[in-house]
Amino acid sequence: MEVAKVEHVSRVYKTGDVETAALKDVSISIEAGEFAALVGPSGSGKTTLLQLIGCLDTPSSGRIIIAGQDVSKLNRDQRADTRRAKIGFVFQFFALIPTLTAFENVEMPLLLNGLPAAERSARVQQLLDAVGLKERTHRRPDQLSGGEQQRVAIARALASKPALILADEPTANLDTENGRQVMEIMQRLNRETGVTFVFATHDPRVIAYASRVITLRDGQVAANGAGAAKV
Amino acid sequence: MLQIIKLAWRDLNRNRRRSFFSALALGMGLSLLLLMAAVIEYEIRSSMDTSIRLQTGHLQIRAVSYNENRSSLAWEDLVEGPAAIAVQVAALPPVSVATPRLFASGIVASGDTSAAARITGVDPASAANDPYRSGILSGQWLGADDRDGIVIGQPMADKLGLKAGDKPNVLVNTANGDVDSQAFVIRGIYSTRTPGFDNGTIFMSLAKAQAITRAGDHASAIFVLLKDRDQTGAVVAALQTRQFTVLTWDRMNALLSDTEELANSYMILLYLIILAITATVIVNTLVMAVFERTREIGILSALGMRSGRIMAMFFAESAMLALGGIALGLIIGGAMVAYFGSVGYYI
Repeated sequence: MEVAKVEHVSRVYKTGDVETAALKDVSISIEAGEFAALVGPSGSGKTTLLQLIGCLDTPSSGRIIIAGQDVSKLNRDQRADTRRAKIGFVFQFFALIPTLTAFENVEMPLLLNGLPAAERSARVQQLLDAVGLKERTHRRPDQLSGGEQQRVAIARALASKPALILADEPTANLDTENGRQVMEIMQRLNRETGVTFVFATHDPRVIAYASRVITLRDGQVAANGAGAAKV
Repeated sequence: MLQIIKLAWRDLNRNRRRSFFSALALGMGLSLLLLMAAVIEYEIRSSMDTSIRLQTGHLQIRAVSYNENRSSLAWEDLVEGPAAIAVQVAALPPVSVATPRLFASGIVASGDTSAAARITGVDPASAANDPYRSGILSGQWLGADDRDGIVIGQPMADKLGLKAGDKPNVLVNTANGDVDSQAFVIRGIYSTRTPGFDNGTIFMSLAKAQAITRAGDHASAIFVLLKDRDQTGAVVAALQTRQFTVLTWDRMNALLSDTEELANSYMILLYLIILAITATVIVNTLVMAVFERTREIGILSALGMRSGRIMAMFFAESAMLALGGIALGLIIGGAMVAYFGSVGYYI
């Protein structure tokens, strides 16, 4: 079953009279349970594609279908609702709310979904436990290492049980050991929970974890094939 | 909605010190405004009350043709049989005191100095005289049947070098246009702490004033004090006849009434200024919060929070801050007003 389907998608940015095509007629399909890497050099369109699949942006042309729903023509609020219900994000710079503790950061999506306090608490504990941060629940981001912050971000991405988690360069800001830990946790959670991961990277060590590698170059799909890791 | 409030509350708590000081800034502004409003209101009200107690009363019942500026003593300009009318008026439930008074112009002379005086004939026993009676500095207030005593104000006594027991000459205009004079004994010297009034007003018994001015059984006005000045309209309605004019305290104190209106307009202007300051503080806090938290706004948006709800969350924070500020302002302002109300203040 397809979790995300991108059909002939182009994204053109306009600056004055200048038009820049970040994506040109891209078509890919992500199956449920995949652990897919989106690779390519800087400027190849990885982040643009992630933003489109993540409903943070809309395509100039083409269709994007997330968990059976065409999201390409949704308005801003509908896209926000789709993100809340179906998509989790992990960003390169962690994107945790600095004044909230690890627990509160993970709790935020659940709070937005209106989950009762008791259920929220149990779910947050379970997620922080799953990423190995059981003992650091009440630390704020500045009291956590980069690797730990990214693990909190992963727990937060999983909180509302999304169909798809999009990670943009999740290890780019981490040292090798922490990068390895983060990838292993993501891979383990992918296997244990079946949630689909799509991550953008150009780090060969990270690409090695992928079950499928989609290579972008100059805004187009240059290669789309099985990765080193098989689910 | 509840969720938005919960989030906003948590955000305010995250930055407790800033939230507190923002609310405090609002609170201080509001409390100072309250204090100022209370002081101005009190000053104007007490000026009005002083004028009512000392000079005008809440109401004066006069003959239709009476002209206050001329202190006319012609009988047709006076109220005839004033004691009986005063008794009738005093019987009205909202009325505290009703007493006849006779006003005449005159001169107090002692040796080679003299001073103009407004001679006020009063019923010495009336409670309406309490402000003068309680202000006696030396000597005593007029006795019930006092036929040759007067009470004068301290500034006049100082000016003329008089003390209680002295016998200055008093020249008085009479009803038939003559001037009569007689030596009076100063029974007492009073002060109401209103120099303008004390300097020119001397008291004698109504009977003596009527006799010396040849006014017969007449008075210039029935001086009426009410239990509550808000009942003025009702009492005026009950008293209105063709025979008399009933003057109300606000008409008799037109200058003070105008000042009160002016002060009220001034207060509205001040309220608007404070409102503008308050709005600026809130907008500033809001803008600072937004600038400081653009990253957070992006994160919340990525997590699926609708932009309207993000905005609502910031507004809820501001609203809570404003409510907190108002509460603080009311508490601090209320405490200051209560404190100065009981202890007083020096100007």
